[in-house]
Amino acid sequence: MSTERTSPIDSATGAVGDGLDYVRTKLEVFEGDRLGQIGLAILVTFLLIGIFARPYTIEFLDLTIPGLTPHDPGERAVGGRLESPSADHPLGTTDMGRDVLSQLIAGTRVTLIVGSLAAFMAVFIGTNVGLVSAYFGGWVDDVLMRITDIVYGVPFLPFAIVLVAILGSSLVNIIVAIVLILWRSTARVIRSQVLSHKQRPYVESAQAIGASHTRIMYRHILPNVLPLTFLYAAFAVGWAVIAEASLSFLGFGDPNMLSWGEMIYNVYTANAIREAWWWVFPPGIAIMLFVMSVFFIGRTLEEVVNPELRHQK
Amino acid sequence: MTLLDITELKTYYRADDGWVRATDDVSLSIDRGETVGLVGESGSGKTTLAKSIIRLLPDNAEVVDGSIDFDGTEVTELSNRELRKQIRWSEISMIPQNAMNGFDPVYTVGEQIVEVITYHEDTSKAEARERARTLFDDLGVDPDRVDDYPHQFSGGMAQRAMIALALALSPSLVLADEPTTALDVVIQDRILETIKELQEELNSAMIMITHDMSVVSETCDRIAVVYGGRIVEIADAETIIMNPRHPYTLGLRNAFPDISDDDQELISIPGTPPDLVDPDDGCRFAPRCPFAEEECWEVTPEPESYGDGHAVECHRADEIEHLQEEAGKKETWVEQDLGRSEEIEPSPPEEVELDD
Repeated sequence: MSTERTSPIDSATGAVGDGLDYVRTKLEVFEGDRLGQIGLAILVTFLLIGIFARPYTIEFLDLTIPGLTPHDPGERAVGGRLESPSADHPLGTTDMGRDVLSQLIAGTRVTLIVGSLAAFMAVFIGTNVGLVSAYFGGWVDDVLMRITDIVYGVPFLPFAIVLVAILGSSLVNIIVAIVLILWRSTARVIRSQVLSHKQRPYVESAQAIGASHTRIMYRHILPNVLPLTFLYAAFAVGWAVIAEASLSFLGFGDPNMLSWGEMIYNVYTANAIREAWWWVFPPGIAIMLFVMSVFFIGRTLEEVVNPELRHQK
Repeated sequence: MTLLDITELKTYYRADDGWVRATDDVSLSIDRGETVGLVGESGSGKTTLAKSIIRLLPDNAEVVDGSIDFDGTEVTELSNRELRKQIRWSEISMIPQNAMNGFDPVYTVGEQIVEVITYHEDTSKAEARERARTLFDDLGVDPDRVDDYPHQFSGGMAQRAMIALALALSPSLVLADEPTTALDVVIQDRILETIKELQEELNSAMIMITHDMSVVSETCDRIAVVYGGRIVEIADAETIIMNPRHPYTLGLRNAFPDISDDDQELISIPGTPPDLVDPDDGCRFAPRCPFAEEECWEVTPEPESYGDGHAVECHRADEIEHLQEEAGKKETWVEQDLGRSEEIEPSPPEEVELDD
């Protein structure tokens, strides 16, 4: 491809093809890994549910894609008060007569947004802090690690409650609160791992070859600590979803967006936990399934970045 | 033609109790295409000397004084950026002791060689890859193995791959830090031969660091014997093997007996390498030297020339016939009456890690 003249389109399609091949080879690790496959299946299901939860209208095509929710999750009295599951309402109704299944489906979005954004940002910050801190050492390390220590001293719930009280309860503020706390554990763990990696001979080789600090950090050390980053990303997704649920359960959720945590909060405030099992179990099980799926995937992804694990099979 | 000229180099390590003089007043010059061996015990400062040349010293080390002139460029005064772009690997490359760990485990060996070539030269990836394959072929490794990961290589093959990496940019100087220590003797021999061939082909100079006399005697044009951070004796390989003048070299030679001589017994040098933290005046070898006299304890010997580039740092190098004869006897090296009795310190020398 490189020696012959190629048109830009050819090389572009070639690049796309290469990219697809690349993704395909990386996904091969899921082959024969039952837990990873289950995790992936659950996650993809949640993703699809989240994307198609509510109806979309594409205006210039004058087309409406129907949502998955059988009823409007916010509409009252679509059924009777606290109705147990029936054909019309597979998961029963709430104390206001809202459809629980519709609420559950609509709540997937918040979980996905909070889980992915908060976890990605937290792990991104944590990995960079840990990497820079360990690689340069000295005063850089001191400053960054003392900041991490301070963050370690901040308890999550009071901090998040105060932050949300000051800035107002919106999804963005909840994510900010989660990220500001969540990066600390990744930073510490990545730092300790980088400390050991920067002493290894391959780093000295890279120095001898003439690689710059940035290149050594991001091209040589980072891929070696990525398995840990993935693992912590999986932890972070789970933790972020649970944190959002806790905040919502305490009544600090985004009032405009229904989440699983808020559903449980509603059951609680309606004093219906003991009678309406169809209302309290589904969001709880959904949270559990989602967190579980991310953990399974995180476990499998370790193999993508660790060629030694890949060849052990 | 001189390629590298080191003059009175002093590389010290900061330690809690003072400066560790790992390389003290070392002068050495190397011609293009020449191979110089650095021999000495662990902790004698061989590696520090080599790493000073490419400025790969740990944070607590410092080139205190002296100059390193590489092909007209003063290496000690280069900025990090200039060093990276002009010197490292394109001009001076390194073969590390343990090749297995010298490669980044997450990339294939080929990717790493290609990266090095494209980083320093304006070459396309395909060409660089082709060069990596050719190098593999030259070194007797199946070219298809460039797509393998480092952990899929055996020790000998990884070492060959490392040599391929070191020679990828045809550097003028290769620093080989015990390149064959981790290998068995048969592989060792083959690899040394390959290094030699390729080196001659590229006309690269080489510094071979080792504690193995047999390796240097086979591969090197000249040998420098390093003891306690100083070059105590330097000469062409034959002179060092056949006609050394420094008692330490005599001792080293004893430690590698001639296999064809039945009667020759292996005689080791008693004692341990010296403590290099702020050493006193006097010859560093005096505490272990069977021939030490009053003068050896008080005056640091200066290198004295004995013709043909043979230089020795010893006060008694003139009495060579007597020393050589005595050095062959086992009784000479018995530990008992070594050192000045009134000066014997009760505390053992602190261990100072100089290598690695």
